[in-house]
Amino acid sequence: MGNILAIAQKEVKSYFASPIAYVIIGFFALVFGWFYFVALDYFMRTSMQMGMPGQGQVNVNTMAIRPLLQNVSVVALFVLPLITMRTYSEEKRSGTIELLLTSPVTDFQIIMGKFLGAVALYVMMLAVTTIHMGILFIYGNPEWKPIVTGYLGLLLMGASFISIGLLISSLTKNQIVAGMVTFAVLLLLWTVGWMQESAGPMGQKVLQALSLTDRFDDFTKGVIDLKHVVYYLSFISFGLFLTAKSVDSERWRG
Amino acid sequence: MIEVQHLTKRYGRVTAVDDLTFKVERGEILGFLGPNGAGKTTTMRILTGYMPATEGKAVVAGFDVFEQPMEAKRRTGYLPETPPLYPEMTVKEYLQFVSRIKLKGVSSSERRSRVDDSMRKARVDDMANRHCGKLSKGYRQRVGLAQAILHNPEVLILDEPTAGLDPKQIIETRQLIRELAGTHTIILSTHILPEVSQTCERVVIINKGRVVAIDTPNNLTARLRGSETLYVEIDAQGHDVSSVLQAVPGVTGVSVTTKGDGPVGYEVSSERGRDVRRDLARAVVAQNYGLLELRASRMSLEEIFLSLTTEEKEPEQPAAAGGEQHG
Repeated sequence: MGNILAIAQKEVKSYFASPIAYVIIGFFALVFGWFYFVALDYFMRTSMQMGMPGQGQVNVNTMAIRPLLQNVSVVALFVLPLITMRTYSEEKRSGTIELLLTSPVTDFQIIMGKFLGAVALYVMMLAVTTIHMGILFIYGNPEWKPIVTGYLGLLLMGASFISIGLLISSLTKNQIVAGMVTFAVLLLLWTVGWMQESAGPMGQKVLQALSLTDRFDDFTKGVIDLKHVVYYLSFISFGLFLTAKSVDSERWRG
Repeated sequence: MIEVQHLTKRYGRVTAVDDLTFKVERGEILGFLGPNGAGKTTTMRILTGYMPATEGKAVVAGFDVFEQPMEAKRRTGYLPETPPLYPEMTVKEYLQFVSRIKLKGVSSSERRSRVDDSMRKARVDDMANRHCGKLSKGYRQRVGLAQAILHNPEVLILDEPTAGLDPKQIIETRQLIRELAGTHTIILSTHILPEVSQTCERVVIINKGRVVAIDTPNNLTARLRGSETLYVEIDAQGHDVSSVLQAVPGVTGVSVTTKGDGPVGYEVSSERGRDVRRDLARAVVAQNYGLLELRASRMSLEEIFLSLTTEEKEPEQPAAAGGEQHG
């Protein structure tokens, strides 16, 4: 555990030693702020119209927060490859991987350390958005439960993205290649659900199983489906397992 | 302390290390000598647990590196060819990180003192707060060394520890390695030959993944005198002495190396293991020629190295046998 923590801390430190962390968190805050403004603007305009008698209730959760969290999931898809692309590639390129692999730490500890480090940066990124949510609570009266489950969904989905990113980074010495391939794979996994309609009954099931983002919708509705949680957790475990195999096979090939 | 048996490593069809067997005793410094691509780094990477071998066995500090890698790694310090530094960390931060992953069950104050210790030993304490990425080559190498000795390992494996250093730093590093010897068992690789004769007690010469010779630097030089060659300088006032020299029992060949009006130098080769110097001197003096110089042209480590690692069967000796003289 101590080793995992030591490596995770090293990872976080190195994100902040280079401009990566600042750029990622800064630009994420900027983009999120813009989405937030747009969502609230839309919400205010519609609530004015719906405020007329006989139009029913307006709900800040479904009209502003849900789309906002869905936007975050898309932004995460763009940003997370940037976080994970250097994890292994950079160590392989600079030779520091030799230090890790010849120290008394297991591959599992190294991978977990790197994974937790990347997740920690992602959590910090998400933490910025709690300010915006806080403001909603001050001036409005949103339901907190769907927000919490939404964040849980974001965390699980992001961690799944990170596990893919780690795997791909462990396959190459080149950061750019790692980043680009990760981005392409995530984009495919994100859009794979779009083909469900035209796929056959069997294909439809397969595509549904592959889609990481479809599951996320339930979380934003305030539903924690155990099926989805287990899906994400097994997806993460599988990604980390493949990373371990990739690191191990690298050893054999030299 | 270190035992390597029939170690073989193949990358696909290329055999990098081929049936390597050697042993290093406690407290010994073993030099690993070979041309580039001979399999030095591969062997070291196997010993440090960086990669597994295809066949064979390696035991470091009493632990098999394949069966009990964690135990073996805990007792091994390794300086790779390029020091594995994180450029964004300061020297101190870096060593603190290393201490966290290498030392288990050690209090943080103990850890701090180990970090300070290793910085002092490797003479990098004046750069403690400098970022690793901004260090000169010499300091990078020394920080790498500090990293290797931080957990006070029984075995130190150093891959070309003096590569890229300036002469003063080289001397300092060798000094440091010799200091470390008594308490640590050291394997160091190099392709610089004087380094081996200066720092190492025993030398393993490898070429194309195979051991060509294992011995002390002195024995190697002695053993490889092989076909003994003498350099003789004679003042014969213009007479040709070749036939006289040739007539001495045991002499197999004579060639003239320096011609001129004055003294003539001859290269005399003799049967292996037979010392013809006395007979040779007597024969020359008996003819009333002036014997000006008579010496065994001993092979320097460089020549041994070349003769062992080049393809030719007969080690060919350069005419002017330089290096160490007077056999």
